[in-house]
Amino acid sequence: MSEALLRVENLTKSFPVKEPLFGRLRGSPKRVVRALTGVSLEVRRGETLGIVGESGCGKSTLARCLVRLHEAEGGTIEYDGADVRALRGGALRAYNRRVQMVFQDPYSSLNPRMTVSQTLAEALTVHRVCPPREVKAKIQELLELVGLPPSAAQRLPHEFSGGQRQRIGIARALSVEPECLVADELVSALDVSVQAQVVNLLLELQEKLHLTVLFVAHDLRLVHHISHRVAVMYLGNVVEVADTDTIFARPQHPYTQALLAAAPDLDPAKKSVVAAVRGELPSPLKVPSGCPFHTRCPHAFDRCTREKPGLLPHVPGHLTACHLYDAAERHRLAKGEALQT
Amino acid sequence: MATSSLSPKRDARRSLLRVSPKPTLLLGLLLLAVFLAAALFPAQLAPYEPAEFDYTAIMQPPSAAHPFGTDNFGRDVLSRVIWGTRIDLQIALFTTLFPFIFGTLVGALTGYYGRWLDAIFGRIVDVVVVFPFLVLVIAIVAVLGPGLLNMYIAVSSVGWIYYARLVRGEVMVQKKAEYAQAARVMGYSPARVIFRHLLPNAVTPAIVYLMTDMSLGILLGASLGYLGLGAQPPTAEWGVMIADGKNFMVTAPWVTTFPGLALTAAGLTFSLIGDGLADLLRPRA
Repeated sequence: MSEALLRVENLTKSFPVKEPLFGRLRGSPKRVVRALTGVSLEVRRGETLGIVGESGCGKSTLARCLVRLHEAEGGTIEYDGADVRALRGGALRAYNRRVQMVFQDPYSSLNPRMTVSQTLAEALTVHRVCPPREVKAKIQELLELVGLPPSAAQRLPHEFSGGQRQRIGIARALSVEPECLVADELVSALDVSVQAQVVNLLLELQEKLHLTVLFVAHDLRLVHHISHRVAVMYLGNVVEVADTDTIFARPQHPYTQALLAAAPDLDPAKKSVVAAVRGELPSPLKVPSGCPFHTRCPHAFDRCTREKPGLLPHVPGHLTACHLYDAAERHRLAKGEALQT
Repeated sequence: MATSSLSPKRDARRSLLRVSPKPTLLLGLLLLAVFLAAALFPAQLAPYEPAEFDYTAIMQPPSAAHPFGTDNFGRDVLSRVIWGTRIDLQIALFTTLFPFIFGTLVGALTGYYGRWLDAIFGRIVDVVVVFPFLVLVIAIVAVLGPGLLNMYIAVSSVGWIYYARLVRGEVMVQKKAEYAQAARVMGYSPARVIFRHLLPNAVTPAIVYLMTDMSLGILLGASLGYLGLGAQPPTAEWGVMIADGKNFMVTAPWVTTFPGLALTAAGLTFSLIGDGLADLLRPRA
């Protein structure tokens, strides 16, 4: 359980901005959107790792780099000891069989011209998951697994609801018998009532099939519900990683604290204590120097503007990228407070 | 199979026709059947030989013996229109088939791979589109020499561009859809992603354009025939017939009117079919 299946180190990815021709002629500098600015992460075999963050923080880019839909620019992705970024041809196909993805948009993630059975049969035959004569039975097995009726096989995607389509998407991903599932905003496009069903299905499947799941989402309650551990992303960085219970009970990074405080709570007795974060998310075109969060951080001090904090275990098993938890800083801050009093 | 009783049409879901076709499409298909019959069995349908001279009946107006009248050599216009169908449908097919297949292929590849392939394609398009289509075709035919085969070559070497542009744009849109990305994550080969996933969803506009293009192809064939660059007289071809009859437009209007009507009807046929297909091929959302 504690063995790392997937290890990401210092992963970077940026997208060039298409400049208008006029600007290019004037010689404006080439701008890039820095989607990932050095992401480090470890996913353990059999766990569900939740990845949360505001929109635009790079969570989807990270997910897409992991399945090689995007090619990362720097850093390493190591899966079960293999260098994922170097995989080509057959090796990449084998990797894709082990690491599958479920997509966000139920309305575009299925080929509108292929019936459910065609979609599933294609995956089964291309990867030779089972002998051709067993394909039909396997399709029924998959449909049952994701809670769809056997008659679903002959239908086209447009005949299903959003929740059912996500189930088909899960069935497609599971058809090649992967070990690891990357779920990119699996339920964010669904009604809340349907979200629970699909998330519970995922939990169930994870247990039954011993899947390792990367659950990318912006909904904190969902992540709380489903994850064993949580990684918080901010502006292309992972700023905090810890067990779900730990991170929700004792968030360390000021951003995580703000994020949790900002999450709506249905219990009126609980009042948010921490002031919500101020200001807007900086543009990924201009990532701040030093700690990416210093422009909005209530505790920022001069070191934060100069030096990017590393993701370090200031408390065992709890990684935080924040200077506040640096031993020397703590000492200095404590002294400063002592002087003031 | 358990199907919802709300929608009786669902039983037909496996067939190509998921929506009931429009009456205009049926009319188009009916007209097409008439033209196909004329093209396949002209000998049985035409009352006279297409090149049979009859100097006793020159420029006769329409009558019981010659429903469409006769031309300046006493040839029966109806028979020539019927025999001409074969040539003109052949023109419709051969001026569009190669451009459709080759253009779709090029469009799919450039749309999918982009980058330098797309850049090269873009420059070729630039070169071709600066010339008006007809002028370019006429120039090529003029170099190759008049005749049907050379006309096909000329039209094909220019016409594929338009299909390629259509398909390229559509493929570029479709490849961003999540189902296409899912196919890539599935580890499918580029060929499978392009031909099994992207093209079926991207080719519809090209098919619809193919139908329009067929009617344009007939008009083009007739235009070139008229200019003496396509089919050569005495071949019974509608454009050639119109060209032959133009001198007697005032005295014997039937010589040009009937092939003209056939031409119009054929154009209408393909337009109706194209319009109907557009509705049928659109996938349900």
